[in-house]
Amino acid sequence: MAVVMRETDQETRPEASAPAGPSAQDDRAVRFIDVQGLEKTFAGDGAPVHALRGLDLTVPEGSFLGVMGQSGSGKSTFLAMLGGLSHPTAGSIAVDGIDLYALPGERLADFRREYLGFVFQSFNLVPYLTALENVTLPLAVKRMPSAQKRARALDVLERVGLADRRGHLPGKLSGGEQERVAIARALVNEPPLILADEPTGALDSETTVEIMDLFAELHREGNTIVMVTHNPEIQRYFDRTIVLRDGRLDCELPACSTDTPV
Amino acid sequence: MTLLTVALNNLRRRKGRAAFLVAGLLIGVGTVVALISITQSMTGQTKANLQSFGANIVVTPRSKDVALSYGGVSAGGVSVGRQSLSQADLARIDTIPSRADIATVAPQLVGAVQVKGRRVLLLGVQPEQQFKLKRWWSVGAGHAPTSDHELIAGAAAARTLGLTMGDYVRIGGRRFTVTGVLNETGSQDDSLLIVDLGAAQQVLDEPGQVTLVEIAALYAGAPVARIAGEIGAALPQTKVTAMQEAVKSRQHAVDQFRRFTYAIVGVVIAIEALVVFLTVMGSVSERTREIGVFRAIGFRRVHITRLILIEALIASALAGVLGYAAGMAITSIVLPLVAQSAEVAWAPLLGLAAVVLAVAIGGLASLYPALHAGKMDPTEALRAL
Repeated sequence: MAVVMRETDQETRPEASAPAGPSAQDDRAVRFIDVQGLEKTFAGDGAPVHALRGLDLTVPEGSFLGVMGQSGSGKSTFLAMLGGLSHPTAGSIAVDGIDLYALPGERLADFRREYLGFVFQSFNLVPYLTALENVTLPLAVKRMPSAQKRARALDVLERVGLADRRGHLPGKLSGGEQERVAIARALVNEPPLILADEPTGALDSETTVEIMDLFAELHREGNTIVMVTHNPEIQRYFDRTIVLRDGRLDCELPACSTDTPV
Repeated sequence: MTLLTVALNNLRRRKGRAAFLVAGLLIGVGTVVALISITQSMTGQTKANLQSFGANIVVTPRSKDVALSYGGVSAGGVSVGRQSLSQADLARIDTIPSRADIATVAPQLVGAVQVKGRRVLLLGVQPEQQFKLKRWWSVGAGHAPTSDHELIAGAAAARTLGLTMGDYVRIGGRRFTVTGVLNETGSQDDSLLIVDLGAAQQVLDEPGQVTLVEIAALYAGAPVARIAGEIGAALPQTKVTAMQEAVKSRQHAVDQFRRFTYAIVGVVIAIEALVVFLTVMGSVSERTREIGVFRAIGFRRVHITRLILIEALIASALAGVLGYAAGMAITSIVLPLVAQSAEVAWAPLLGLAAVVLAVAIGGLASLYPALHAGKMDPTEALRAL
């Protein structure tokens, strides 16, 4: 499937050039994320490390997919590759019909900016930018009037319930508030796909529920979300949960055996 | 929000890091500004001092006789004969086009006399002009001749003739009072008896005549050779010698000093570039995770590079302004210690040059670290993914 880069509102949003018929659109919706034979090998000090050993997966649009597994199972590596941050050793990943690693040069960076919203483990907010400035950060390299950037960022910040904290630096925000800012930053470009890596890992149980409720709301609004987590208690938010083990798709809950480590 | 905004917020809210970069560059810029402004001020003062510090043109009567060396300077066609110039003719020197470029005109009459049974050289001068010409002349206790009955003795002449201040000496039937002894100069001047020009003209029976005229021309004005030519045209009966070697050697000293300063400036600039490079490189290493976040949210490599460069250029410009102020402050403190009469030359262009220099050093030295930041692997940078 060819990839056509189209200038829209002076921004570059990669789009697939597949025929726009209903069946093709349906197919793209069903296979919104299409992973085929995904492999990733890291050259270690001794033997090479096989983080992923041939992963096949399709994720329909609008899903809330949970990815679970023990440390070393390859889930974070999978998320990084899904986010266009790590080239596969073999296999392919397509998002909305776009073969990520067939994109030339810095088009992958453009894809990340326009298609993805990243919520990192440990928030990864920029310490010298206020909450509002952190949320506006993905817009810094877009050609858009400053007022419009600010308005959009304020809108998103309000949506996560932190408009009154917009002038605070991350050091002055609680863990839950920082997580909300991180989510807002991921949403400011209105991405079709949200990737979250252990977003509740550093939060207490009460805040965890607040954050997961926010993700659930985003899911209800039609966003596609892929979330990596260790926490079995939030599995109820996912409409689909896969378990990775040793770089492979082990099973899909609730069909996993009771001794499957998650 | 733009890259500029991100850069400004980083510098504004992480003042410690920014201050380190600014301080490093400021010290270098301040040093360069101080060196250059001190050099300019001292060069100006040196030129002013050298302008009247000794003759660089000698006017003598045309003569085919043996040259006589006086004061270590070849005086051209001066002979021990009775060749002389009319003092009245010297007024024509005031008519040359480059008269404003002449600092001192010192007519002198030289002749041999008998004192206490010995032959010594008698030098008749206009004391004010002579002492202005020969700034190294100084009288210990006592004073230069102020009348035609007073004389000063060179150090060697005083020892040979046993003269001290207050003594009387008869020369050619006239009585002179010794008003002082010239401090040792290490030249032929030590062997002279020095009297007022008019008195020497009477003693030597050369009314209205001079043997030679020493002239100090200003360096900043017309070239010495041109002034010498104009004097020669005004006084065709004379031989006018431009002391090019003396001029060149003095100018050479000034130029050497300036070249040495510029060499030091070059070294300082090189060190500053290295300091900026290491500081920015260290900052990039510290910000690995932050850069990974930028890349993950969709910044291109060129955006990262641009961001690092913008930060470095802003800090450099600030360092340029502060460095200029610091350099001029250092100059105002140091200059009086090394050159008492030199004045601080305030040069706005030097301020502009300081900022341009700082920005150029900051930009060039930050280029590699900025490019390196842009090439960082986002996964490696983030480490969490």
